[in-house]
Parts: sequence; structure tokens; C-alpha cells
Amino acid sequence: MITAGSETKSDIKPPLWLLAELTYRCPLQCPYCSNPVEIAKYQNEISTEDWIRVMHQARKMGATQLGFSGGEPLVRQDLEELIQEARHLGYYTNLITSGVGMDEERVKRFKDAGLDHIQISFQASNEELNNFIGGTKSFQHKKEMARVVKEYEYPMVLNIVIHRKNIDQIRDILDMTVELNADYVELASTQYYGWSRINVDQLLPTREQLANAEKVAKEYQEKMKGKSRIIYVIPDYFENRPKPCMNGWGAIFLTIAPDGTALPCHEAGQLPIEFPKVTDMSVEEIWNDSPGFNHFRGFDWMKEPCRSCPEKEKDFGGCRCQAFMITGDPNNADPVCDKSPYHQQLLDDVERIGKIAAEEKGKDIKEQPLIFRNMKNSKKVINGEELKESA
Amino acid sequence: MDINRTNIPEIAPTFRFQWEEVQDCYVVLYPEGMVKLSGSAGEIMKRVDGQNSIDDIIKDLENTFSENNLENDVSKFLEVAYDNGWIRNKK
Repeated sequence: MITAGSETKSDIKPPLWLLAELTYRCPLQCPYCSNPVEIAKYQNEISTEDWIRVMHQARKMGATQLGFSGGEPLVRQDLEELIQEARHLGYYTNLITSGVGMDEERVKRFKDAGLDHIQISFQASNEELNNFIGGTKSFQHKKEMARVVKEYEYPMVLNIVIHRKNIDQIRDILDMTVELNADYVELASTQYYGWSRINVDQLLPTREQLANAEKVAKEYQEKMKGKSRIIYVIPDYFENRPKPCMNGWGAIFLTIAPDGTALPCHEAGQLPIEFPKVTDMSVEEIWNDSPGFNHFRGFDWMKEPCRSCPEKEKDFGGCRCQAFMITGDPNNADPVCDKSPYHQQLLDDVERIGKIAAEEKGKDIKEQPLIFRNMKNSKKVINGEELKESA
Repeated sequence: MDINRTNIPEIAPTFRFQWEEVQDCYVVLYPEGMVKLSGSAGEIMKRVDGQNSIDDIIKDLENTFSENNLENDVSKFLEVAYDNGWIRNKK
């Protein structure tokens, strides 16, 4: 057995979370999408039988939570079949969707198939901004779907990705979630990976915006106590210690990309590491034995300042992808940490973007250059063509 | 919350309660999360089925485990379960 980390096989705990990225096709074009910018490379999606086999294997190992995600999972015509099989296996099944491609009839079919939870994303609290950011006329439909989800007694989670273009409307956004009777609200600060990384200059909020948003979020957390759970985490670019990314590499999470590539997190495909496919080996072999999943297990891979850091067991050195993107070496400390020699670079970047934010004040959002997530732009990235920022 | 022994609790439709072989315990599942229950908490939740009253649950546990005065322990756990929304009273 290959061990890049210091753990022996018996130390490896089974996966708890299976994230099934069924497809990267999506009717929306959100410029903050966390999917890889190379989405156009993933045209070959694995089959229904492949997914069913993966679900069986991961469940047998102990996975309990299953997320159907994408892209837009509703695009897959076999979604009902997969839900039914997942429920039969005993998974708690989560559907993570934009709501576009759903109607009441389909929500009812999902219920009959045993789906446990539907999470709907909103791009903003007003129609114009929502539709602009998503690149689709979807706002009224999303609201309608949120009502249907509630009617069918699903726990309702509303997810709103927060960034510079919508953060000032946080009060309106929270009012909307109250109106829609959300059981859980995730104010998901944009994390700068994939498409959001290439749009970071346009998406990163300012410190002033963050301070205000935190105040408002706290107010609603108090107000909605017992009725709705509001989760708000500020973007880690403003922190001094990194997040315990994925609760450790290969510790809990197993993501399967649309082409069957198994990843310890949905961003890990960008790392200079080889990851196996579920069409080539079993989930158990992938999880326990593959070099990719063992790469950052344990602490032996760490460099300074992580190696001798007393907090290494708390945050595992932070995010490997962030270390790679910003420092060029995935073995480095996540530069969010102020012990990292690259931390100043991050601070400089935040300051530089703050200046861009100040200059755009008063300008219409449509005049601000965003690169939308779509196959056309993805192909340009793959071919190394210049990306024209278009509104 | 006051625990009334005549109430009939049931698992709330937005939560799921089940045995997990690999974890070797009962768990409560909810959107993107899981709570592992202790052995005694699992024994209580197992009896929450929308038919047993709280009184039935206490008596059944006392019989099964040959113990007296479990009311306090059971009430304490049920309070937690109500507070977290895992269970609700059947209407």
C-alpha cells in the first residue's frame, strides 16, 4: 500500500459525505460558480449504472449524506432513479439546485422517490440582479419552487452566494428568506476558486461591506432564533487563520466529478496530483489506497511554518488548493494564515481590489466586467484564448 | 419545555432517525448533517413512533432495562430532542 501521509490503513476513517456532481451542464451562468473553469472538458458523463455502483460502494463504507449537485443536477433525466436508489440504500439525500428545470410535478416525483431535502439557490433578493447574475430569467420561478418545496414538507435550505455585487442587499435577502419560511439559510461567502477566482477583482467585498453584513446577519440570527438557522461565514481572505479545509484531506468528503473522477474536495482537480476514476477502481480502493487520496493525509507532507505549528491538528494547514493557487506549491501553508510568508501578498491583493471597488461606486453593474460561467468561455480558457469580459 | 407524559411524540418529517452500522449507533440526519446518539438516547428515540405516549416510553424502558425512576433521564433527553426539532407532538 502506498502511504504518502503518516497514517496506516487502520487510521483512515470511512467517508461520511458523497457529493455526486452529476453534470456540469447548467442553465445558469453565475460568474462565481465553484465548478472548474475547464467545465467544457467534462462532456463525457458517467452512466446511471456507474452512479448506482458508486452509491452502493460508498454506502457500504459508511457514507450517510449524499448530495446531488452539479452544474444543475435537474438536467440529468435519471435523477429520479438515482434518488430512489439512494434512499433505498439508506442515504440522507440532498438535492442542491437552482430550481430551474423543476416543477411541482417533479417535486412530487422526488418526494415519492424518497428525496429528503431540497436546497434552492438565489442570486439576489430582487429580480433584476438575480436574473443578471444567473444569466437567466429565473427569479419568479425560484420563488414559486421555494413555496412548493415547503408545501411538500421538505426542510428548506436557501443558499445565497454573497459577494460585492449583492452584499449590500443582505437585509433584503434575509427578509426574502423570512417571507419564504426557510428552515436554514446559508449566506455563502464566495470562495475564490474556479470561476470566482477569475472574477475575484469584481466579487471580493470591501471590509466596510463585510462589517455591515456581519452586523445585519447577527441581527437576523437573533430575531429568527428557533425559526430559521442562519449561517454566515465571512470570506477567508479576511481571516488570520485558515479554515480546516474539508475537515482534513480524505477525512470525510468524497466528491465524484461528472466524468467519474474521484476527488477529496470539488476543487482538488486543479492540483498537480493524479486522481482515480470510479470507472477504473472501487470506491474503497480509491479512498484507502489511491496515492491521490493519501497525498495530504497525516502531517508528514507539511512544510514550515505548518510542520512545527501547534495548530496544525486544528486546521491541517488550511486549503491545499488555495496554497497552490496563490503560492504555486500545494505543500505550503494556506496564505490566509498570518504565519505564511505569502500572507502579505494576500493582504496586498485585498487592498488592490478595494481600490477597484471604490472606483466602480455608482456605476451600473452591467458596465462592470464579469466573466460568466458558460461553455463558450470555458472553451476559450482551455484553448488559451483571451477572455473578453462581457455583461 | 414541559414534558407532559400523555403527549405522543413522533419524529419530525424534516429529520430522519436510523441505525448506522458503520458508526455502530443510532443517528439523527438532517440537511447536510448528522448527530450520533448515545446508546440510551437511541433506545429512547427508537420508541418515538407516533403511537407510544411519553408515559408508554418510560414504562417500556423501565421494563426492558429493569430499572426504576427513568422519568428524569428520559424527560431530559426528550427536551433536547424537542428543542432541536427532531421530534414533535402528534396532533
